[in-house]
Amino acid sequence: MSKKTLLNSKDIEIILHRLACQLIENHNDFSNTVLIGLQPRGSYVAKRLASFLKTEYNVNDLQLGFLDITFYRDDFRRRDAPLAAETNEMNFIIENKKVVIIDDVLYSGRSVRAALTAIQSYGRPDNIELLVLIDRRFSRHLPIQPDYRGRQVDAINEERVLVTWKETHKKDAVYIEPK
Amino acid sequence: MSELSVEHLLGIKYLKSSDIDLIFKTADHFKEVINRPIKKVPSLRDITIANLFFENSTRTKLSFELAEKRLSADVINFSASQSSVKKGETLIDTVNNILAMKVDIVVMRHSNVGAGVFLSRHVDAKIINAGDGTHEHPTQALLDSYSIREKLGNVKGKKIVIVGDILHSRVALSNIFALQLQGAEVKVCGPTTLIPKYISSLGVAVETNLKKALEWCDVANVLRVQHERMDIKYFPSTREYTQLFGINQEILDNLGKKIVIMHPGPINRGVEITSDVADSNNSIILNQVENGVAVRMAVIYLLAQQVKR
Repeated sequence: MSKKTLLNSKDIEIILHRLACQLIENHNDFSNTVLIGLQPRGSYVAKRLASFLKTEYNVNDLQLGFLDITFYRDDFRRRDAPLAAETNEMNFIIENKKVVIIDDVLYSGRSVRAALTAIQSYGRPDNIELLVLIDRRFSRHLPIQPDYRGRQVDAINEERVLVTWKETHKKDAVYIEPK
Repeated sequence: MSELSVEHLLGIKYLKSSDIDLIFKTADHFKEVINRPIKKVPSLRDITIANLFFENSTRTKLSFELAEKRLSADVINFSASQSSVKKGETLIDTVNNILAMKVDIVVMRHSNVGAGVFLSRHVDAKIINAGDGTHEHPTQALLDSYSIREKLGNVKGKKIVIVGDILHSRVALSNIFALQLQGAEVKVCGPTTLIPKYISSLGVAVETNLKKALEWCDVANVLRVQHERMDIKYFPSTREYTQLFGINQEILDNLGKKIVIMHPGPINRGVEITSDVADSNNSIILNQVENGVAVRMAVIYLLAQQVKR
């Protein structure tokens, strides 16, 4: 099987607009909300959403952070390749805040599990929600489901869902390809 | 690259410059971690570390222990004064007994040169040298370089003078290796009796005039006179040492430039350095202590990655 385009840049834009509207529906002016992109790839989704919220929907004072979960993963010493950490940018305390964790693809749920632990290092939030661009159905190892999802995808384990962004790959797109 | 080229941290001389880069990059992440409200990550949950201190230590031991706990490792502590070493047990026996309790990493300080290397050949655990006699103290050198990098942006091309008792100092030797590996220029300054005879073979210049040394350098790393390692008199009196090699504010004011002051501790205030210099803005002595935890976390984390399950 060759590489197949799942979403093109127009599709992604429409989806991100919808997700932005859904966030506004639940979080009003975002005064008590923080958006946290999971490093590295969730950060692109988070940045894009934040810029939509600012430019299109006049949400100012948006608190945006980027969380690296490397040290919280459950596969340390279980992988062939060593884990390399990304930078953390969490310049706020999340005590009593509403937190939205943002990632590109929800697959096994293990990254989100790690993120839930990592977030505790920054305080006790009021609640935590999960937003993902792509939700891979039937592949979860843990009981974790998104609160906001861009597109649900049925992909088998031998396939990979790849999200590319203009900033890094010159093109916004979502592909499905063999591993 | 995200893996160390060595299996143990026995000394800086076994490292490549890419190892130092990796350790520093990892330490950057841990420095952020230890400044969070909750300063702990669960990475090393299933790793057990033994701290074996056959020689007295306060800050290094505390720093290692804190680093290990911040990584969620299980920690056991051992100091020679309370142990069977006094009853005649050999080093290998002591360590093998501890390893039989399923220890993955050993952090060891020992008064004998090469104790870490010896141990690494005989026991099945990762060894981190926390000081072996007058030989090496690699984590101290790493945290010193890390602190210079943090203060001045880079170590490469910087001029560093190490002042004091070079002869008895493992900090000096490890620092010389680490700084040269990163492309810094190193000089040593102290009484000729306290400078090793063959130091120039390491590519290190010797300066016996403190003022000239300080005028030349960007950073002065000041060492303590290690009376406990001296079996003969190396200089006439502490007072004379202070007059010739003690750093005070007046000397620094007359340099016409600002230099960074470092000290690995413990400080003998009023001997090698005066209080006003130790507590001044140019001193990064307390930053060294903070960075020590981050750098040691990085070293332990990177070595733990290699521990087989």
